[in-house]
Amino acid sequence: MDQTPINLLEIKDLKKTFSLSGGLFSRRLTLTALENINFNIRKGETLGIVGESGCGKSTLGRCILQLLSPDEGQVLWLGQDLTRLPAEEMRQRRADLQIIFQDPLASLNPRMTVGEIIADPLRTLRPEMSKDDRRARVLKTMEAVGLLPEMINRYPHEFSGGQAQRIGIARALITEPKLIVCDEPVSALDVSIQAQILNLLAELKDEFGLTLIFISHNLSVVRHVSDRILVLYLGRIVELATGDEIYERPKHPYTRALLTAVPIPDPKLARQRNIDALKGEIPSPINPPSGCTFRTRCRFAKPFCAETRPPLETIEDGRLVACHRWREIDVPEEAVLGE
Amino acid sequence: MNPVLKVEDMSVTFALHESEVHAVREMNFSLERAETLAVVGESGSGKSQAFLAIMGLLARNGRTDGKAMMGDINLIGMPPGQLDRHRGKDIAMIFQDPMTSLNPTLKVRTQLAEVLVKHRGFDKQKATVTAIDMLERVGIPEPAKRANAYPHELSGGMRQRVMIAMALLCQPKILIADEPTTALDVTVQAQMLDLFKTLTEDFGTSLVLITHDLGVVAGVADRMMVMYGGRAVEKGTVDDLFYDPRHPYTLGLLHSTPHIAHRTARLDPIQGLPPSLEHLPRGCAFNPRCAFAFDRCLAERPPLTDTGNGREKACFYEGPMRYGEVA
Repeated sequence: MDQTPINLLEIKDLKKTFSLSGGLFSRRLTLTALENINFNIRKGETLGIVGESGCGKSTLGRCILQLLSPDEGQVLWLGQDLTRLPAEEMRQRRADLQIIFQDPLASLNPRMTVGEIIADPLRTLRPEMSKDDRRARVLKTMEAVGLLPEMINRYPHEFSGGQAQRIGIARALITEPKLIVCDEPVSALDVSIQAQILNLLAELKDEFGLTLIFISHNLSVVRHVSDRILVLYLGRIVELATGDEIYERPKHPYTRALLTAVPIPDPKLARQRNIDALKGEIPSPINPPSGCTFRTRCRFAKPFCAETRPPLETIEDGRLVACHRWREIDVPEEAVLGE
Repeated sequence: MNPVLKVEDMSVTFALHESEVHAVREMNFSLERAETLAVVGESGSGKSQAFLAIMGLLARNGRTDGKAMMGDINLIGMPPGQLDRHRGKDIAMIFQDPMTSLNPTLKVRTQLAEVLVKHRGFDKQKATVTAIDMLERVGIPEPAKRANAYPHELSGGMRQRVMIAMALLCQPKILIADEPTTALDVTVQAQMLDLFKTLTEDFGTSLVLITHDLGVVAGVADRMMVMYGGRAVEKGTVDDLFYDPRHPYTLGLLHSTPHIAHRTARLDPIQGLPPSLEHLPRGCAFNPRCAFAFDRCLAERPPLTDTGNGREKACFYEGPMRYGEVA
């Protein structure tokens, strides 16, 4: 792993806003879902994206896949800007970029058989493929995700959540993609099934040399699967580092707070732990705080944090952090709070 | 000390067109004052139905047998009119999704005050003052302002606090919380769990926490009961079950749960799928997924047996239980 990693994707100055109707007599409001998003995705890695609801993590996944058009910025796929790609070329490119959704049953057409669902991307992207070849590919993919061949003619409602998610994964895999965005792929599943699907994704990644973007609100799951983790807060990157770095020495106060809030399945550790409970809730993205958007909930905030927005700085080993005070607070907690 | 709730041989059965489904079988447990009991299991384990039955909130085709004794009152089979005198006042329940449990057309203030007027005979003004005071105690900022809001104007975490405030207004002895933090973000979840600790420590409330999340259990519960296929399969203190699980299903759940502090290469999940209650396997319901199952498990159902030190398990296997790369 000491060769220079190849950047499969480069995200540059990405911005996405949504326009909201403010009601009959009010002016329209703008919600900034993502702003100043800059990072790379390396070939073969699993990049986890975490954050609380409304932080923009799903929007980011969709902007990368061009399922949503960003307002500004570039999404460079091996140097080619996907945001400017003509529709037909983008459609062809989709074979390389796939997605798996949270609610497995809702994302499968109830009137199509499993075989038809999994073959569907091939029908649009590889229309020249013969019916027999297509069927052979479907069966091969079903085997890879742990579905039995006799399930090919069944309908989605006959499957449990875990099996339905396997169908969704097969549908994403069949085009032989290079990158899969997994948007909360295990959140709707029971604990024992969740572990089966996480293991399956890890096996498929190794077998097919995939790059994964893993979006989840569950930090334990993200930590388990990811090489690097991107933390979002109110549509902005607050930190990006390897899983070990994030866990062992988080630099951003939000990352710290998020980590201490994660429940630990170990009673003795859980009792010892000092939960640095964040006060209050996430501010509205329609009217975010001035300066650093996290300052309203930050224990380390100073008056100047309200004045300017902290830049996204590249620090050692390509880590990214956006905090005015990260250098000062990058010491054990007590030293900072005891000032 | 006398337990605040003692459930004896409780079963819950649902009548279908031509058959019956046994959602809960032969449940026995007691809940002490100021204790937190976690009820753990996956979908279809019967964990929610058991407590809906105790609250008299089962769907119309449901039937409950057995006893749920609150002091010398049996809640099972009590006529709804009589049950209403205890529900909310002595025993309250909150649910995963607070939006569906709150009335969308009434202000928060009105819904909270109603409880006090009905159960404690307060006049409307005193009820409102008490309600606002309770909102403050559950950590709602600007409680007087929030009290005038409608449920849709509040965030998910705030609504769950309103539900808890409502449940606490009559200072019930028992609070049943069904997946109370599942829909919340981690930072809000941490605040809620903290609130639950305050409840049991400061108010002496007994808490039943129904959840599938072992992380949540480890942080707040004293004892736990693991359910599978409608039955309790293991019971004991949280420490005993986490550090020395004796039922293969408990062990499997622990190995399926990712731990933020140590990253392992692979999780060690339980194979296969949870059973359908309509077609439970013969013998032990867990046998098709169990790494330790032997002949007897396929033929005979293991009874829940006292194994000493306040522990119980329903499993015939007595050998060592380690598999895979155990941490």
